Amino acid sequence: MRRLVVLVGLLVLAPGILGAQTNGNVEDRLKADEERIRALEEEIKALKTALAAVTSTAPMAGVQVPKPTPEVAAAPPPPAPETAAQQPVESPPPAQAPPTVAAAPVLPGESAGTLPVYGGASAAAKALNPDISVIGDFLGSAGKNPVRPGPSLEMHESEVGLQAIVDPYARADFFLSFGEEGVNLEEGYITFTSLPGGFVAKVGKMRAAFGKVNTLHNHVLPWTDRPLVTQNLVGGEDGIDDAGISVTRILPAPKNIFLEATAQVFRGDSSDVFKSNQGGELGLVGHLRGYKDLTDNTNVDLGFSYARGHNEAGSAYRTQLYGMDATLHWKPLRRSIYHSFIGRSELIWSEREQVGPVQQAFGFYTSGDYQLGRRWFVGGRYDRSERATNASLTDSGFSTILTYWPSEFSQIRGQYRFGRYADGREANELLFQFQFSLGAHGAHPF
Amino acid sequence: MNTGYLRLRLILILTVVIAFGLLSPVPGTGASKLKVVTATSDLAALASEIGGDHIDVESIARGYQDPHFVEAKPSFLLKLRKADLLVVVGLQLEIGWLPPLITQSGNPRIQVSAAGYLDASDFAEILEKPTGVVTRAMGDVHPLGNPHYWLDPENGRRIAQGIQGKLAEMRPEDAGYFAQRFQAFSQRLTTQEKAWDEAMKPFHGLKVVSYHKSWPNFAKRFNLNVVGYIEPRPGIPPSPSHTLELIGMMQRDNVKLIMVEPYFDLKTPNSIASHTGAKVLVMLPSVGGEKEVSDYFKLFDYDIALLSKAVSTAH
Repeated sequence: MRRLVVLVGLLVLAPGILGAQTNGNVEDRLKADEERIRALEEEIKALKTALAAVTSTAPMAGVQVPKPTPEVAAAPPPPAPETAAQQPVESPPPAQAPPTVAAAPVLPGESAGTLPVYGGASAAAKALNPDISVIGDFLGSAGKNPVRPGPSLEMHESEVGLQAIVDPYARADFFLSFGEEGVNLEEGYITFTSLPGGFVAKVGKMRAAFGKVNTLHNHVLPWTDRPLVTQNLVGGEDGIDDAGISVTRILPAPKNIFLEATAQVFRGDSSDVFKSNQGGELGLVGHLRGYKDLTDNTNVDLGFSYARGHNEAGSAYRTQLYGMDATLHWKPLRRSIYHSFIGRSELIWSEREQVGPVQQAFGFYTSGDYQLGRRWFVGGRYDRSERATNASLTDSGFSTILTYWPSEFSQIRGQYRFGRYADGREANELLFQFQFSLGAHGAHPF
Repeated sequence: MNTGYLRLRLILILTVVIAFGLLSPVPGTGASKLKVVTATSDLAALASEIGGDHIDVESIARGYQDPHFVEAKPSFLLKLRKADLLVVVGLQLEIGWLPPLITQSGNPRIQVSAAGYLDASDFAEILEKPTGVVTRAMGDVHPLGNPHYWLDPENGRRIAQGIQGKLAEMRPEDAGYFAQRFQAFSQRLTTQEKAWDEAMKPFHGLKVVSYHKSWPNFAKRFNLNVVGYIEPRPGIPPSPSHTLELIGMMQRDNVKLIMVEPYFDLKTPNSIASHTGAKVLVMLPSVGGEKEVSDYFKLFDYDIALLSKAVSTAH
């Protein structure tokens, strides 16, 4: 009650205080504004000279760092006229060409000093902003799917990533997933990178370390959709994605085998897989990963996963998931941007308690993706999965996929998908996808 | 019933393994040799020039690999978790693969800006820093400048000096040793540079075309004139229209050399060569690009020998 009174009092008084301040400070503010205008004028002047300098040289020409190798800088540029003549033909002008060096001194001494100061100031202002990226995922489908029909055209997801180092001990990553309407925090967590004992801990909402597909965001999947086994047993597109704590550590192992263990505790709410019906019904996920380089070009990656939690049937009912994943990865280092192959399979067993008998369902997918050239990828996937709530129903299907990369930052994909559902109905679909990314260059997941 | 029992055992085993793993000892960081991991082979070569047998050096990327597109393999984590010092090229060259490795390494010593993290670009002369608006319409542009800066021996000297400072800071008792090795390296470099300059002298201002923008520092140092690129924009594969334009330009300006990094496909360069009579040179941007190129000096020896041979046979 007392708090309320104080709050109301503050609210009533606030405008008065603020008003008094503004009246008293009008003159000061005018002065400050004048100074700001003056500063801005100077900045514009500096900008104009800078612009003149930039247009007089090449648009992408690097400002040479003046400190080293005086003999090179002083050397007369013999091929200057030819290079200047070529510049209109050659779109990205050779910035290291001697004329750039010669042109730089055109700047009067003063403005040459102002230019870096301005650039530095604006860069410094942005320096502490997190890395921002946006990835658009547009999906279209044609054909017939009587069981899980998708929209014919859909801006499926716009994922905004905000990532930065928090302090010397941690970094943080946020991924906000915007649908056509509505937003979902796909992931948002802090990673403690400087813990003793080689531990890496994450706290926040995150995709659980259950298998491979569950950990991957949509835009890094080799398909436009997720496998049937994910849809049927592991919560579909959102998967096991929950608020919790994760601890990971690399384990000692012989013969250059990489062995890593992850233990995670979650609130216990994930799509239709897990549900915390009352407080304390936590979800648990454990993952053990083994990896080995067979050669410089080839490696294998094996994983074992376990997850448990309560389900929608009520507090008395649990779901347990067991997973096994295997990946064979080939990429010749000398031609790494042209050719690669990834073969992958995940096997998942689900044990779901519910009213009636416990349902023990099994599902898997097997996929292969081959990179034909710098921009082209082909792939295929076979799917088969029983359903979590009724293991006697089995869905199956297969897909073939063709992907084209205009650049590293955009991707066009077509996928033919055939499905045969448990009730005998069949689906024949052509799915296509446009993906495009803006902003910070994200790391490629392995 | 039976499978239920099996599963229970599986969980139990998994739990025990994970629990033991989480409690196992950390890799030792005792007074043994400093463990240095570098992003690229060139930095490894420079570090071992300074560190000699007082450090262990390993590179993540191989010399014949495109350093933009290294994969973040878990096996690299095994190296990183034990590292005392991580030396990176910086300027976002490794942005596609190194950050997750650093995060997952569980090694506080090599986190960004920690005492064991060294960005070699801090010491080097950086070219092609874009001014004005930077967009990806320019391709996979590096907004902080061209990251292939180690291809100027003067930058090699500066990086080596930077590494020397860092090693001395981490192992003060060996500071004299590192300083001495740097002096020796620096002297040898000066001698070699004279020889390289001599060898390159006849080709001052020579016009060449390169595949990627890997050579600005090399070209500036040795007075080559890179007049065009096979990539229409950095990181964008060759396009027919750009290739035709390039062929036209090369014929007009009599450009007779095409420099290609060892990780690019030779199809387009060869076809350009057949139209222009130019010679395709697989120039090495990094130590280890070929087996015999095992240190920083041999890198320049190799490239300069290749260039002079090509030019002398062409004339």
